[in-house]
Amino acid sequence: MTLSPASPAGGQRAAADALAAGRPGRGAAVELRHVRKRYGAGRDSTTVVDDLSLTVAAGELCVLVGPSGCGKTTTLRMINRLVEPTAGQVLIDGRDVAAEEVTALRRRIGYVIQQTGLFPHQTIAANVATVPRLLGWPAARIAARVDELLTLVGLDPARVRQRYPAELSGGERQRVGVARAMAAEPPVLLMDEPFGAVDPIVRARLQDEMQRLHRALGTTIVFVTHDVDEAIKLGDRVAVLQEGGRLAQYARPAELLARPASEFVARFVGADRALKHLALLTVADASLADGPTVRDGQPLGTTATIAPGDPYVLAVDAEGRPLRWVGRDAAGAPVGSSTAPAEPPLVVLRRGITLRDALAEILGSPAERGVVVDDAGRYLGLLTVEAIAVALRAAETAP
Amino acid sequence: MTPGEPLVSWDWVFSHLGDIGQRVGEHLVLTGLAVAIGLLLSIGPGIWIARHPRYYGPVLGFAGVLYTIPSLALFAVLVPITGLSLVTAEIGLVSYTLLFLIRNVVEGLGAVPAEVRDAALGMGYTSRQLLWQVELPLALPAIVAGLRIATVSTIGLTTVTALIGQGGLGYFILDGLQRFFSTPLIVGAVLSVALAVAADGALVLVQRWAMPWARQRA
Repeated sequence: MTLSPASPAGGQRAAADALAAGRPGRGAAVELRHVRKRYGAGRDSTTVVDDLSLTVAAGELCVLVGPSGCGKTTTLRMINRLVEPTAGQVLIDGRDVAAEEVTALRRRIGYVIQQTGLFPHQTIAANVATVPRLLGWPAARIAARVDELLTLVGLDPARVRQRYPAELSGGERQRVGVARAMAAEPPVLLMDEPFGAVDPIVRARLQDEMQRLHRALGTTIVFVTHDVDEAIKLGDRVAVLQEGGRLAQYARPAELLARPASEFVARFVGADRALKHLALLTVADASLADGPTVRDGQPLGTTATIAPGDPYVLAVDAEGRPLRWVGRDAAGAPVGSSTAPAEPPLVVLRRGITLRDALAEILGSPAERGVVVDDAGRYLGLLTVEAIAVALRAAETAP
Repeated sequence: MTPGEPLVSWDWVFSHLGDIGQRVGEHLVLTGLAVAIGLLLSIGPGIWIARHPRYYGPVLGFAGVLYTIPSLALFAVLVPITGLSLVTAEIGLVSYTLLFLIRNVVEGLGAVPAEVRDAALGMGYTSRQLLWQVELPLALPAIVAGLRIATVSTIGLTTVTALIGQGGLGYFILDGLQRFFSTPLIVGAVLSVALAVAADGALVLVQRWAMPWARQRA
């Protein structure tokens, strides 16, 4: 994910990002006040959403997550009034949505759904142009905006503009869906399981790109999913809903993992929540051990600080970049001439990777430690399993 | 028809070319009028039924009953009221198109994917914009399919309208039967079949032209 191939499309995308970043902070706050949705009347009625109150700050990405039947989609649809609440209020930037003309309201709110809902009889360009057309933008402005948006979501306008949705792959269609939702620069974007129908590899890439877009555009996003991992990965805040449409917990992902508010939340986030929490922390969050190093080609014996019992010493080059582990039983002999058996392969970790990935790498290595380097590849210190455990405990008890 | 006489007298055909052209023209007008009126009458009820599915059964049942009335019987009932007129002919012909057209309008609208409708409403389409810009265009394949069936069956039925003096290719068939002369009978029958095939082909072309998205997918 960190590698992005240098390509003309990549350059265009960077330009589009820069353009988008030039107008940040356009998000609007979304507030739900004691919202309730009940279908039917009297004894036969079912409560789908029950007295739900939550606030999404402007520019935040809020994920509504929960098992099926928890009312998360209904909640989302009450924001753009595809469902009218039985009681309570929904406010966008402090204004009650019920007081607004419904089509005008919806044209200001982006809407992305799992099955994309692209118009099969219209070209990709016409699909993306939907809301600007409804708003009566001039044709030239629409055409320019369409190309800008397609580039922004990583599609080549010249290739896809005149195609029909059926000619694109599932992942490409989903990108078009996102471009269409953002066409008129809505301050709020609603997304209902947008990546639920694409394969895991494409989903991970779309998630990464959406995070990038969200950071660049500053749009407020309300995102529905049933996938806890997706919620934790994407959400600035996560609202866990339980059956009957009650809010079980509303918190930042780390808080949710460290301190689930109830048995339900603990079970829903899963028994492996410690591992999930590690995915939110990076190597930079852990404290590193100061392992001894030796310059390549120099005698090992000159390194006075080798701790007894430590079987290996790290060899580094002139710039301080780690080269390999050197066995201690070769002490006294120059590094590189060692005949010691089987020196373990080097596990090199960049500071930015997650502790979860780091843990997996370390456990897979006979040396049982990772060599942490900075962005230039220079040695910083050693990371051990114990240090990861300490970092996790610190994060879980942090306020 | 006397034995030994050829089935088709080409002399008759060539000497009646003007006549034949006129009857083909009448046939096309009678059919075109019936299908056009039928379509106009079907779209409203079709849309309404698509929104209120519980009326689907009763309305289709009624159109089905209309369809089963023999055309001769229908004309016999209508002639005392509307006379030996174009109106009488068209009432009959239009009635027979309704079954196919209403059914296909309803099914075409019903086949519009729910998520497409949901997305359109979610983006701020009014219900009128939804109908004209999304639902009807997407229902077009089914509607044109209905038009094809209605057109072909109406071309066949129009041969009967000669009985109430409204012309068309039925005139030749009637003429041939009355005079025991096979040539006009065969000319009338063959041309009406040819007309049906040609009209169906033309509608297939219309269908392709009107639906580029379906063409490119195939």
